[in-house]
Amino acid sequence: MSSWQIIQQSLPLFEKGFVLTLWLSFLGIIGSIIVGLICSLLKYFRVPVLSQIAAVYVEISRNTPLLVQLFFLYYAFPVFGFKLNAELCGIIGLIFLGGSYMAEGFNGGFDGVAKTQVETGKAIGLSRIQLARYVVFPQGFTLSVPALAANIIFLIKETSIFTVIAIPELTNTALDLIGMYYRSNEYLLVLVIGYAIILIPLSIILTLLEKRVRYGAFGN
Amino acid sequence: MAHSGINVLFEGRNLIRLFGGLWTTVEIAAVALVLGLILGVILGVLRTFPNRLLRLVLRLYLEFFRIVPTVVLLFLFYYILPKQLGVNMPANQVATLVFALWTAAEMSDIVRGALISVPKHQRESGMAIGLNRLQLYRYVLIPQAVSLELPATINLVTRVIKTTSLLMLISVMDVINVGQQVVEANNQKYPTGVFWVYGIIFVMYFAIDYPLSWWAKRMDKKRLERANG
Repeated sequence: MSSWQIIQQSLPLFEKGFVLTLWLSFLGIIGSIIVGLICSLLKYFRVPVLSQIAAVYVEISRNTPLLVQLFFLYYAFPVFGFKLNAELCGIIGLIFLGGSYMAEGFNGGFDGVAKTQVETGKAIGLSRIQLARYVVFPQGFTLSVPALAANIIFLIKETSIFTVIAIPELTNTALDLIGMYYRSNEYLLVLVIGYAIILIPLSIILTLLEKRVRYGAFGN
Repeated sequence: MAHSGINVLFEGRNLIRLFGGLWTTVEIAAVALVLGLILGVILGVLRTFPNRLLRLVLRLYLEFFRIVPTVVLLFLFYYILPKQLGVNMPANQVATLVFALWTAAEMSDIVRGALISVPKHQRESGMAIGLNRLQLYRYVLIPQAVSLELPATINLVTRVIKTTSLLMLISVMDVINVGQQVVEANNQKYPTGVFWVYGIIFVMYFAIDYPLSWWAKRMDKKRLERANG
């Protein structure tokens, strides 16, 4: 069979993997942003106990590899009776990892707001909540956009690690096909193109977005 | 409990084997980092040169390594080097090569960013006192860029160390691969051993990466405080 035929025959399978990669990434990113925002707000408002728990979570999650986190969820937890299917494990793992990255992104944005802005706000008598609502958050979110954009790309790439718990996403599809038919060149080519189709347009869009929101940053 | 899971770690040579696997992991990460950081500094400097073609080529190199997930990079090199180029390397070396090239790509962007953010008057003053390009980089730009880039570089190091967890995918006997073997060999006797084996691997990675990222964070914080006066 010619290379082209090999590729053509594999496309329906790759399409499934492609859709699954997109879907898992989407859920993972949304979840990560929510978890990250919660952790960051807990830190910002110095909520007792909860903010310390969030800080410990962020350090554990940021300093361990996703693969080990997934192994833990998928192989170690069932021993104690928590049996989850692979895809759910994948999403939970991705959110566990991404939550801390997003939290750091938001923290960086909030910390980056110029001290003069905060002091001016205090000087005109804003309460802590008002200061957050009208001064720190609008500017801080804008400042955190580049970090969040980088995290989004990073998390999509991390979904390739799901292959270790046999979720049939893009990478797993390619590795399975290579294992069955030994046509590594063809399948790897489709695999790289698959990621390029997702990531190249997305990184262009995110770069444009960063440029746009930069107008919103002032006082720095 | 006679067969508490944690004892799986002390059975036979299990713990020594796990640390042996960790050593393989650390060795690959260390060699790749040394090679990658040096190459990355060179590429980063080249990317600040005015030559457009050179900049384009290096930019494409960076984007390729940025777009393709590391898992895929490993497999690309693992399959294509022997098949298309006739290069037969053991998996350890393939992994070292991939990590070094990837580190170089990321590092080149960090170095470039730091070099262009050195104030312009520094470069101009250097040229005014008659430094040539090599001297300008050696005595003016690189020393100042280093302090700007250090936290980002340390974060890159922690990322590379975390990414070594992928080594098992191309059958390198790294700490996770050894862990899997220990789990499989002792599954009958210690059904909860899996928790402890992956648990200690979790702790190992954390113990290496946490001090590094703490250091990077502290430097960043200090710089922010300085910037804010």
